[in-house]
Amino acid sequence: MRVALFLTCVNDALYPETGKAVVKLLTRLGVEVDFPMGQTCCGQAHYNTGYRHEAEPLARRFAEVFGEYEAVVTPSGSCGAMVRELYPRMGERARAEGRGDSLARTLAPVVPRTYELTEFLVDVLGVTDVGAWYPHTVTYHPTCHGLRGLGLGERPHRLLAAVRGLDLVELPGAEECCGFGGTFAVKNAAVSAAMGADKVRNAESTGAEVLCAADNSCLMHIGGTLSRLRAGVRPVHIAEILASTEEDPAL
Amino acid sequence: MSSTFVGMPAFPEAARAAVDDPTLRANLRHATHTIRAKRARAVAELADWAGLRAAGRRIKDHTLRHLDRYLEQLEASVTGAGGTVHWAADADEANRIVAGLVKETGESEVVKVKSMATQEIGLNEALEAEGIRAYETDLAELIVQLGKDRPSHILVPAIHRNRGEIRDIFAHEMAAWGRPAPENLTDTPADLAEAARLHLREKFLRAKVGISGANFMVAETGTLVVVESEGNGRMCLTLPETLISVVGIEKIVPTWRDLEVFLQTLPRSATAERMNPYTSTWTGTTDEDGPRAFHLVLLDNGRTDALADRVGRQALRCIRCSACLNVCPVYERAGGHAYGSVYPGPIGAILTPQLRGTASEIDASLPYASSLCGACYEVCPVAIDIPEVLVHLRERVVEGGPAVRRGNKVVLRPARGHAAERAAMRAAAWAFGHPSALRTGQRLASRSRRLHPRALPGPGRAWSGTRDLPAVPAEPFRDWWLRTRGGKDAK
Repeated sequence: MRVALFLTCVNDALYPETGKAVVKLLTRLGVEVDFPMGQTCCGQAHYNTGYRHEAEPLARRFAEVFGEYEAVVTPSGSCGAMVRELYPRMGERARAEGRGDSLARTLAPVVPRTYELTEFLVDVLGVTDVGAWYPHTVTYHPTCHGLRGLGLGERPHRLLAAVRGLDLVELPGAEECCGFGGTFAVKNAAVSAAMGADKVRNAESTGAEVLCAADNSCLMHIGGTLSRLRAGVRPVHIAEILASTEEDPAL
Repeated sequence: MSSTFVGMPAFPEAARAAVDDPTLRANLRHATHTIRAKRARAVAELADWAGLRAAGRRIKDHTLRHLDRYLEQLEASVTGAGGTVHWAADADEANRIVAGLVKETGESEVVKVKSMATQEIGLNEALEAEGIRAYETDLAELIVQLGKDRPSHILVPAIHRNRGEIRDIFAHEMAAWGRPAPENLTDTPADLAEAARLHLREKFLRAKVGISGANFMVAETGTLVVVESEGNGRMCLTLPETLISVVGIEKIVPTWRDLEVFLQTLPRSATAERMNPYTSTWTGTTDEDGPRAFHLVLLDNGRTDALADRVGRQALRCIRCSACLNVCPVYERAGGHAYGSVYPGPIGAILTPQLRGTASEIDASLPYASSLCGACYEVCPVAIDIPEVLVHLRERVVEGGPAVRRGNKVVLRPARGHAAERAAMRAAAWAFGHPSALRTGQRLASRSRRLHPRALPGPGRAWSGTRDLPAVPAEPFRDWWLRTRGGKDAK
């Protein structure tokens, strides 16, 4: 199977360790991963802020860059949801605007082949025990677009529960948004910060060392809040936990 | 606090004040979390909830698609049953009609059933200007009216008040409106309810004119339906000689069979009850029973414009249950007043900019009053995809484009104040279209990373006022990939 890693622009620039972890994890599971260099951004920030027309060329680029792969794996629930939920909608809107089928037809092939990482592991590879070792207390925050957009459900929990040494503790109010929301974080900074502070308080109440999620954009907001509030919890992407082994442990 | 929303600051500014108010935060958190949990339990009891939700959506979509036909059918049914139907294109026309009808009776006071439509058009203020006093009789609306306050929730308008505050309002304000509160009033729920009962009872027994809205209008029989919890609505609907109902045109259901679906989904979504305590239905007038005159004022006020929008029209499915407010993390922290409209929360953020347009600062800011977390869509009993409409309205704000205003096709201009954002979005889109330029930028950022501040000045404080910036790594991923051939070479 030809599998491409769609790392996302945020991870490429700010969280390369997450990308390395995905490569390490998938390689360990026998999957040959490619990273097409033409990839940039799925267009989510543009689309969600009201710049759908600016997002269209980015979506077309995505479809061209990833079109030849049988599966596209991304360690981001929101970018995964952008492709799966919103690319078809962009095609529909272009059609409704009298611009024909071109966009819809270009985007259609990559939509069903794009998977968020935990989906790919559980649904495509059919594994929940990925052979990981991570001797820490971890609490999991299901990010909104993964939870309600892609319907990841129990997949991340099942993967984490199978990690040796990992003590998974439940996060109170887990399904409440952390307050990131892309440009919402700066457009409505006060509300966003209040939501982030509540998420941090809930994380602290679990006594966990690590707050884990499947989306670094949310973790950037939660992590920035954790560090500002000097909370004793670290933000870690789920890929880094699943990639961690006794021979090559993650922090 | 003023009882109207004119001159509201934009949402972010109003929300900031609410976030900084610890009493308000505590009141809202307690109330929304309580009702949120109860609703989840009430909905989980029904094995066919998903089917009911889909049916509600279909019935509303069908009705909206054929609204012209059902409105005429309703008019014929109501008229045939002894009522009189009036058509109001906007708030001013509706207010003029209602004030005229009250004056014809020679009365100078009216009792009101809780009604969103009359709040939307500012009926109480319009009547006051004509020398007619309107008494709110819903307990929470009474608290709001006595407190010279504004409603902050569709279903629980005084959700921002706690018992102590309500006691103070009753003790200080009731006397100016009628029967004073009993001496030594405590803040126990039973005492507060008794004070309201005594105060309102004299209004019910004296009033000759009642004013209501309606939750539903059944086209086939011309029947109006009000669902409520207190029975005060039924007092207003049955005791006065004249009843005037102001109802949005989207409140129609074709048949009683259709109504049955919503009488299951509305109470569970709204108050987490299996069935609401009072369901009042009336069809025109009945000899020697109830009001002798019945007037129905059908209100457009922007609804036809919303109906013309392919994406936005789904907001007209709303049955005003408030489930989206109770589950919304933004509403919970910003409170209802920050939305600058009688329709707060997620549904308000998509309804208000459609009914009023996006010309004012507050209305243009509403589509951004959401992190797009999707909790609202998940609980909506008529499956309104609120995040989809929010993003659609954001596009209207920043790009302008075709819309319908007061029945006329117009091309809206982009809102002001988005120039810098637009430039940044275009620049980002250009860079993302040129991977080599993007890579150069990433490398520059990585090489200069020791110089990066942990906090940003100026507008950047919106982020770094409360959050540390992530550290930029020494090497972006794509450079690592090239250098190590995807980790095959040494790290």
